[in-house]
Amino acid sequence: MSRFVLPDAVPQVPSERPASARPKGVIRHPPSWMPRAGLATLTAIPAVFIALFFVWPVVTLVAKGFVADGQLDLGGFGEVMGKARTWRLIGRTIAQAAAATFVCAALALPLAALAWRRSFPGRTALRALLTAPFALPSVVVGLAFKALLGRGGPVAFLGLDQSFAAVVAALVFFNVGLMARVVGTFWAGLDPRSEQAARVLGASPWRAYLTITLPALMPAVVAGGSLVFLFSATAFAPVLILGGSAYTTVETEIYLQTAQLLNLRAAAVLSIVQMIVVAVALWFGAWARQRRERALKQAGRASREQAGILMPPATWRSDWPGITAAILAGGLILAPLGNLVYLSFRTSGGLGISNYLGLAARPAGQPYSLLDAAGRSVLIGLVAGALALALGLALAVVLSRPAVGRTARRLRGLLDGVAMAPLGISAVTVGFGFLITLNREPLNLRTSFWLIPLAQALVALPLVTRSVLPPLRAISPRLRQAAGVLGAGPWRAFTTVDLPVLRRGAMVAGAYAFAVSIGEFGATAFLVRPDTTTLPVAIYKLLARPGSGNLGLAMAGAVLLATLTMLVMALAERSDRNYATV
Amino acid sequence: MTVIKNLTKRPRPAGWRLGQHQPTPDRWLAPRPTSQHQPTRPPANTSQHQPTSQHQPTSQGTRHRRALTAMAGFAAALVLAACGTNGNSGTGGSDQSQNNPPPGGASTSGTVRLVTHGSFAISDDVRQLFTEQTGLTLEVLPADDAGAMVNQLILTKQEPLGDAVFGIDNTFASRAIAEGILEPYVSPAAGPEQTQYAKDGAGQLTAIDFSDVCLNADLTAIPQGADLTWDDLVKPEYKDQLVVENPATSSPGLAFLLASIAAQGEDGWLDYWEALKANGLKVVSGWDEAYYGEFSGPSSQGTRPLVVSYASSPPSEIPDGADKPVTAAALSTCFRQVEFAGVLRGAANPDGARQLVDFLLSDAFQGDVSSKMWVYPVKPGISLPPGWAEFAPLADQAWTIPAATIAAQRDQWLAQFTDQILG
Repeated sequence: MSRFVLPDAVPQVPSERPASARPKGVIRHPPSWMPRAGLATLTAIPAVFIALFFVWPVVTLVAKGFVADGQLDLGGFGEVMGKARTWRLIGRTIAQAAAATFVCAALALPLAALAWRRSFPGRTALRALLTAPFALPSVVVGLAFKALLGRGGPVAFLGLDQSFAAVVAALVFFNVGLMARVVGTFWAGLDPRSEQAARVLGASPWRAYLTITLPALMPAVVAGGSLVFLFSATAFAPVLILGGSAYTTVETEIYLQTAQLLNLRAAAVLSIVQMIVVAVALWFGAWARQRRERALKQAGRASREQAGILMPPATWRSDWPGITAAILAGGLILAPLGNLVYLSFRTSGGLGISNYLGLAARPAGQPYSLLDAAGRSVLIGLVAGALALALGLALAVVLSRPAVGRTARRLRGLLDGVAMAPLGISAVTVGFGFLITLNREPLNLRTSFWLIPLAQALVALPLVTRSVLPPLRAISPRLRQAAGVLGAGPWRAFTTVDLPVLRRGAMVAGAYAFAVSIGEFGATAFLVRPDTTTLPVAIYKLLARPGSGNLGLAMAGAVLLATLTMLVMALAERSDRNYATV
Repeated sequence: MTVIKNLTKRPRPAGWRLGQHQPTPDRWLAPRPTSQHQPTRPPANTSQHQPTSQHQPTSQGTRHRRALTAMAGFAAALVLAACGTNGNSGTGGSDQSQNNPPPGGASTSGTVRLVTHGSFAISDDVRQLFTEQTGLTLEVLPADDAGAMVNQLILTKQEPLGDAVFGIDNTFASRAIAEGILEPYVSPAAGPEQTQYAKDGAGQLTAIDFSDVCLNADLTAIPQGADLTWDDLVKPEYKDQLVVENPATSSPGLAFLLASIAAQGEDGWLDYWEALKANGLKVVSGWDEAYYGEFSGPSSQGTRPLVVSYASSPPSEIPDGADKPVTAAALSTCFRQVEFAGVLRGAANPDGARQLVDFLLSDAFQGDVSSKMWVYPVKPGISLPPGWAEFAPLADQAWTIPAATIAAQRDQWLAQFTDQILG
């Protein structure tokens, strides 16, 4: 669904024992450190939001596929699943995601070793380069790869236009940094002494790596890989732009069946197929995460000092795999973007800024200029980002609390699952669900400004929650208990223990929510009206109409969109560092 | 169904093609243009309607912009909005109508919202004329493609997107009628030509314009392009030369598929497409991508000399200094597309919607369609842009399929095409 992933989307190495690992024998007190009413409110607001703007629209749409004449009709399953094409689509979707995951893992392992375990000048820049694509709008990336591989592009001779390889390359572009970061931060936290012991005992570097380090890293590789798989399987815009009409995945087929063929039965069945694929990937990731936490407990964790001291300078001799991977990944990231920037300056009369000047003008037949669309995108993104941040923080606080009793645990598990579900539901399904449910009083939002921000906030919500939740969960409950023993009230305990942790992550999470919103394409494309068109949708429209300078304009618009995103991300990272040093 | 089966077997009954002098409604016939419809050179004073430059893609009629590729635009109309300004129908109470009493005593005021496809275009002065005549402001709510637009209207019929709709074509007319999205309305402005074009309209749809979707050939690569037939396309000398639009996402693509079904028969069309595929067929999402991206004509950037486009495309392919186009339509491969307008059921301003449908049949709008949307007006005696008589003739015999048959079979045909040809 969304192309973005927060850097902390996978839990970091816990700084303390995980909150759930209470010492045996401790009496479980109700969470008296926080007034129950406050907690209930914090639970209710996101729960109502999700129920109203996610569960209801999606269930309504899916139900349309399974209810005929007021009767439950599951015939669609047999009909759709009996088709050879359906299985081809599922096979292609899984193959595409698996290939992207595999390539990401192959590049990420050496990259992680280099950028997270070695010191060299430009390490920060390399990390930034690797992680920047997360936040880039999917339309921009689709366009950049199409310009690179398509007709007239610098590497058109490879014949990769509209191919499996082109789609996989774009997916690797997005996700290689995510994978490297997940593996790298985990690796940096591993106790290096096991590997050192193996070396002392005579193992070659490769043997030590293969027998000690790699097995220890596997949980992180699986956790990161499950995320990469999830995002690759549900990718929409890159597949739409790069794949061509013959290349369809489950996600684009849902769009085709819904929007073009009005075959809601088929769309509903495919939506459920997609949910199953995603649920399996998420479950696999969660399983790996648990194993990783256990593994860390056993293996011990490198102290900050150890990690800092044991970071030798990089050399070609010891780090050639990492350096090679860095060159490959850097090329994969820089080539399409550089080409995009170049093309945005290319005009019929050589290089110039006329494409950028054209941003202010209305393209033929459109009621808006790209600059208008950009302004609206920013406004919508601010609203949606703020909404997602507020709801995500509330959710994270609720989910980080120890649940007491079976019912509470189940409820929390349900909330946790539902809150993450937008990650796995096709954005197309969400957009379409909005259209058929939010069009009646008292919730008639069809013409409302709020329609698109609500959809985008929904898409960003799981990412915000996932990004602030792990550090909150990592807070030892003993800290809060200690605060209570020392006489702090529940509010005081919250503000002194939880709030600093929240505040740190909030800036980056909010910026990501904004980036997700202004780049969101799948759901927004269903919801725009002529006067609320956003920049990604406007770019896509230009892209579908090549000729007459539209392409140059689309390139300039894409560069503008990418710059906006990167700028906000960089500012947030910066302010986050400032917080961190306080 | 049975009718088709009988009719589609080769050899084809003569009644399948246009040009029969007594078309029988049961057969797959398209209305043959009456003599008034034959393209005529426009009088000199209409030359300002000619596109500013014939050689620039920008001047290509937006009519061609039927790429349904864009999911983007798909929903454009969906959420389109009942902005608060409408709903004054019949009261005549707005400031505008009080200050500027419309000539002709029109009694309505406010806004009328027209749901249409992304290719809709209207001249500013014609739009202005509508406001002058009726006191109504025209708000255009564009979707991207006729098929997606009809689907949107169906999904939102409890609370319609607008008041009137323009651009439902004969491949989707029956679905629109069957789903009950339209209010019965027969415009008093409709002339006898309506019985010819709107015989499937069921008293709900009014025919506004028509066009022929045909194979277009780049004559520099294929000099005999205008004479190409279905059988030629599968010959080895035309390997890797044809690009078509995906019928599931593009209305010209669907029209061409239907033409092939009419021509090859219901039993033979899939084999025919398999043969095209084996001969290097390329399928792209929409018209723009096919025409500008893949075609090798002067205003295109591609390399394939055969593309599915319109019979009216060649006049915009006259190179500088030349006096005739370097592309031509193969008129034996054409499908007759008719576009309809209607009043949406549950419209906030049904009165204004009816006035708008009447206006679409006025001489002013009918004179506007060929230069703005590159289609032929249904009204006889309307002048056409220069060059059309010579270079954009209609097919003498266009393929067509009755709306009821299309309605019954379309989804299955598309599924078969998608499963077997696209894979």
